[in-house]
Amino acid sequence: MLPSQLKAREFKGYPAEARQLAISHLDLLRELPASFVPLLLRELIEYDWKFPAERKQIDRQLAYLGSLSASQRQQMMAGFEQLRFSPELDHFNWVKAPTLFSEKLAAYFWASHQIDSFRTAAEDYIRRVDAATPKEPLPMPRLGIVVVGQGVTETRYPLFRKLRPHGVYFNRVKPANGVRTLLGAVTKRAAAHPVAYGHWYVDGGAAETISGPGVTSVAYDSLASARVALLFKMEEAIQSGIGGPEALRTMLHEMRPEEIGLSGKTDQAVLSRFETSLLTEGSGTQIFSTTFVQWAAREAWARAQPLTLLARFAPRQRQRPMNEMIANPEEKPALDPEGSLIDADMGAFYTWLNQQRLPGAEQASFLAWFEDHHEALAISPVLPRHTESDSPVDLEWLVNQLHS
Amino acid sequence: MAIRRRVLLTGNPQTPREIAEAISWSRRDFLRLATGASVGSALLSFAPLKALALPRSRKVVVVTFGGGARDEETFMPDGQENIPHLLTELIPQSTFFTQVVNRGILGHYVATASLATGVYETFNNFAEVPPDHPTVFEYYRKDLNRPATDAWVVAPSNGFNRIGESDARSYGNGLGAGVILPKRLLSAALSSGGRVQYAHLLRDNYETPLYTPEVKGSEIDLRQLSGILKMSVDDFTAHARTLSSPDELSVYVARQLMRQLAPSLLWITLHDMDVAHAGAYSLYIEAIQRTDRLCAEIWKTLQSEPEYAGKTTMFVLPDFGRDSDNDSGGNGFQHHRTGDPLSRTTWMMVMGPGIRENAVVGRRVQSLDLVPTLGSLLGFSPQRAEGKPLTEVL
Repeated sequence: MLPSQLKAREFKGYPAEARQLAISHLDLLRELPASFVPLLLRELIEYDWKFPAERKQIDRQLAYLGSLSASQRQQMMAGFEQLRFSPELDHFNWVKAPTLFSEKLAAYFWASHQIDSFRTAAEDYIRRVDAATPKEPLPMPRLGIVVVGQGVTETRYPLFRKLRPHGVYFNRVKPANGVRTLLGAVTKRAAAHPVAYGHWYVDGGAAETISGPGVTSVAYDSLASARVALLFKMEEAIQSGIGGPEALRTMLHEMRPEEIGLSGKTDQAVLSRFETSLLTEGSGTQIFSTTFVQWAAREAWARAQPLTLLARFAPRQRQRPMNEMIANPEEKPALDPEGSLIDADMGAFYTWLNQQRLPGAEQASFLAWFEDHHEALAISPVLPRHTESDSPVDLEWLVNQLHS
Repeated sequence: MAIRRRVLLTGNPQTPREIAEAISWSRRDFLRLATGASVGSALLSFAPLKALALPRSRKVVVVTFGGGARDEETFMPDGQENIPHLLTELIPQSTFFTQVVNRGILGHYVATASLATGVYETFNNFAEVPPDHPTVFEYYRKDLNRPATDAWVVAPSNGFNRIGESDARSYGNGLGAGVILPKRLLSAALSSGGRVQYAHLLRDNYETPLYTPEVKGSEIDLRQLSGILKMSVDDFTAHARTLSSPDELSVYVARQLMRQLAPSLLWITLHDMDVAHAGAYSLYIEAIQRTDRLCAEIWKTLQSEPEYAGKTTMFVLPDFGRDSDNDSGGNGFQHHRTGDPLSRTTWMMVMGPGIRENAVVGRRVQSLDLVPTLGSLLGFSPQRAEGKPLTEVL
């Protein structure tokens, strides 16, 4: 089917708000290239469960594309227009299943050596939309906090190596009450600027109690039964001969929260969908808590674009050598705090990188702390770069520095 | 920059750090080239190696430093601690190509198949299909009339079971290499209860870490292997239990092959580092360190085995890299999905009799050049392979 043949009835399977949005922009969709519309619909079909920031992005894209003249739009879409399809893709119902179609399209672009052209077209599109989007001031500068190393008593690993060029490395941090202090800072920011999904706390173990409202909390332990249910469903699908990794991926993408025991209630639908996506779209998030925290932080930054994010890593299960598994087959997997510290150190770097990809990056601050230890790394426009401090400081002082 | 000039123009780096810097700098040059900026020529001129008599009955071992390693964790300054064996033992004995570009699909099976055919294969990475074009093993065996025992592949399981032989007309059908999938064999050797306990270590399709499809193929089964390697199933499983990784198992099997059959064309695909798909950076780093050590061990074995010593050329190359930290479309080291220039650009080292030692080649070559190079080296004609022989090692 060609976009020019689109009709309103084809969106009948879409959730209510997504359907309404698609139908109200039907004329625009009809004028866009066939290699582009399914990618837009892939986002749009999830509209009902998107965070406010994501909805705004979709709205802006549609408004921007709608504001262009036909010739401007044609020029903007020239890169997408040049991409070729396979006959199989030509007959695919991409309106009904835009995500599955997008996966097949990407595979075809790789196989037909068009992936670089697609990449260029996509980057150009993003650049243009971004340039045309008015920059709204944030109510407060963003703050990212990462806590690493839970359970590690001693290490020789050079922590924060990738972050040090960008900030101050503190080596005499007083660790007392550290986690409570940092959580307190998050709740204070949430109270000062209450924004839906604007303040996040991600924990790789059990979540600590949060003393105030307005903080969205996601924890690995609280999703334990969902993870088990998901693994069970996957095993079941594999045993029944689902037809390969790609079919499995499609099955995972279509999984609804209630299928793995998460709430399907309307008021929790957005967060439940997000949690489900962490487990179904993240690779390794089902097995390793460190991967879960890094991916959850990445997705929260990219999708919800919060003002505050605290990500606390916890020890993940250890990968065991074969002989040990044979010797102790019934034993529960032991934890690997030292390996988890290395995972988390990289996770801290990636969390900062992802924070820096958001609007307002030049004003944003970031803090990484080695839990219960004396090392921390702070990045802020008010702090020097590539500097080391041996002044004794506590975390409250550090957080206040980042606020100022 | 002074270091770079000295290294690239003389081709004789003095220290491991200089070699690593040469790689880093030339990679940046490539990236500048890719983005349209100017770049200086980094070509080396090689004198013919007339004085060096090439041994008869030459053998070749190809090792893929596989699973996807980035410069960041290998040749860049912070990564050099992970590859001490490459830097201090192997590179000084090798001719080193700093820019080997893979323009194909960045999936491990299809990319490794492309390395083996010399053509960018385009089949579905997860499909149970043979390569479309003749493999290096078929060219070798058909052109030189070599027996089936003379070409072998040791590879991670699932997917790679079809890599030994294409379905190309005039080739395929019994002309390919024997394929050994050690993890599949280990799995077969264990009781069903044991398999459950081994499960996540036996899974190697890290791109879908929770899924191990059952595949069929023409690979060697446990009984055949026992006969070929002259080793009982019990001995095999007992030894496997002492090993800490699937790649160690592969190298163990490769060593047994060398001792029992001494194939002239042996292809070993390492894959541990693809554990990166599970997102645990420490496991990815451990795997790189292990692969570094295993490459050195393979080389030592080649020097100590009478059938190989003094007449074996070893090629070591990654299949491709992984996504850059700077590409927002990816998630850094975890995957290889963006197709960015860094994930497409790797390296290759060649060592053995007649190969210039401690030399660096800065010009850009393609991973497809491997098969034509092997053809020139061993004396067969890879007619349908693309790419060009690498004259620097011929």
